[in-house]
Amino acid sequence: MLRLLNLELQKLLLNRTSKILIFISFVLPFFVILLSSLKINVFGFFTLELGELGIFNFPIIWHLTTFFASQFKFFFAIVVVSMIGNEYSNKTIKQNLIDGLSKKEFILSKFYTIVFFSLVSTILISLISLCIGLYYSSYTEASIIFRETEFLLAYFVKLIGFFSLCLFFGMLVKRSAFALAFLFILYILEWILFGLMAWKLDTSLAEKIQNFFPLKSMYKLIDQPFQRIAMTKFPDKVDLSYDYGAHWYEIAIVIGWTALFIFLSYRLLKTRDL
Amino acid sequence: MESILTINNLTKKFGYLTAVKDLSFTINKGNVYGILGPNGSGKSTTLGIVLNVVNKTQGDFHWFDGNISTHNALKKVGAIIERPNFYPYMTATQNLRLVCKIKGVDYSKIEEKLEVVGLLERKDSKFRTYSLGMKQRLAIASALLNDPEILILDEPTNGLDPQGIHQIREIIKQIAAKGTTILLASHLLDEVEKVCSHVVVLRKGVKLYSGRVDEMISSHGFFELKTNKQNELITLLENNTSFKNIKVEDDLITAFLNTPMESEDFNKHLFEKGIILTHLVQRKESLEEQFLQLTDNN
Repeated sequence: MLRLLNLELQKLLLNRTSKILIFISFVLPFFVILLSSLKINVFGFFTLELGELGIFNFPIIWHLTTFFASQFKFFFAIVVVSMIGNEYSNKTIKQNLIDGLSKKEFILSKFYTIVFFSLVSTILISLISLCIGLYYSSYTEASIIFRETEFLLAYFVKLIGFFSLCLFFGMLVKRSAFALAFLFILYILEWILFGLMAWKLDTSLAEKIQNFFPLKSMYKLIDQPFQRIAMTKFPDKVDLSYDYGAHWYEIAIVIGWTALFIFLSYRLLKTRDL
Repeated sequence: MESILTINNLTKKFGYLTAVKDLSFTINKGNVYGILGPNGSGKSTTLGIVLNVVNKTQGDFHWFDGNISTHNALKKVGAIIERPNFYPYMTATQNLRLVCKIKGVDYSKIEEKLEVVGLLERKDSKFRTYSLGMKQRLAIASALLNDPEILILDEPTNGLDPQGIHQIREIIKQIAAKGTTILLASHLLDEVEKVCSHVVVLRKGVKLYSGRVDEMISSHGFFELKTNKQNELITLLENNTSFKNIKVEDDLITAFLNTPMESEDFNKHLFEKGIILTHLVQRKESLEEQFLQLTDNN
């Protein structure tokens, strides 16, 4: 396993473009989160300090940071897609197989890399959330700090799921740009399907089915936190309340998709003549 | 003899096209094999199948004694196919390190093999800065990294300039001299003739011949003769049953044998008849002549 990970890391880290993209996909979200946690003096008129709003309180901070950080997953998605596209355009996939890598090992080395970067990202986000939280949060009891850390698990699963989808599209169309276009098409397709179902069936049933779609199910893992922040400000407004939790079945659906995408990528490679 | 690769009734279809049809042959240790055939005769497809990049339609093949999975067997094989495929943004050394990781070979081999192909001074240059000849030599270095049991080369001199072709051939000869089994696919017959002891001849995916180069067609060779008494020599040859036909081009007479004959005895016989030769060469048909004869007859 380490051999396969090592192999892929060499391919990625020696390539300047992917190195920059990896750097951006890791540094940018943390930079943004860090910056937002600072006290900002807006042209001397007033000081903006988001921390004062209570959004960096435990446990809500877990929800907030994972939600924002996951918006930056697109940068690493480009890396995932291009790591397949490059293998095809350089024909190095053929050479790798001839040199004695099995097709299964080839897919696994990509998958391990995805898991590795998702894990690193999750660890970084949990550390930075913990630091900001400890600095701003009004509650610092261990039981409150570690409440809702399932958002970290959800973040981890979400990243793996999304990148596995990119891996599959990369394998399917062999070209990075087309694979990214496919992602966009899938996004539109999901909404069209949802629209059709909402029109023919009823909206609540359509919504339930929509939660099983690949992109929607990944998005659904970490719901938007704005409504929740509003809830904490106006606790008496009942119509604001919604289900924002990261539930086990949501995680299960995404793991299911992940397994399917990896399996399909393998099947695709196995049956293909290179 | 220890077999390295056994192919049994291998068939590959691309839709309606049958690229390889019911092909069987065995590669034994220590020989230098050539796979001959015109473009599109199924050479590369056959190699692709045994190298795990093309899926077979029917039949089977196994490496070594058959108790090893294909991808593990390939770790003991060195192969280059058509074009050198490497990561353009990595240097030669970095590319070879990657191959070492895949094959499970120690890094210490890298410098040694770069030396063999004469790329040691350029080892830290990026692959994309290399000329085609250098790329091809790097591919050979990469194929040699694991000191392979068999070296497979598919059109190794394709697209190279005469100098590059010469360099690659010299390297191949050096490797062959060390006793490494080589399988060389090519449509350049003189290339195969220069290095191979055995050939497999393919046409349209069908095997026409496999065996030793010199046994490819049943032939006893021919004499090339020149003399001042040309007419007398022609009459004499025509009356001799050892010759099947005679060809005269200007003052050069080519006489084809149908039984074995030593040039020494033939010369003596002519001398006794009063014919003195000014030119005597005995040789066999070149691979090209044999190949054309074989592909025409079938």
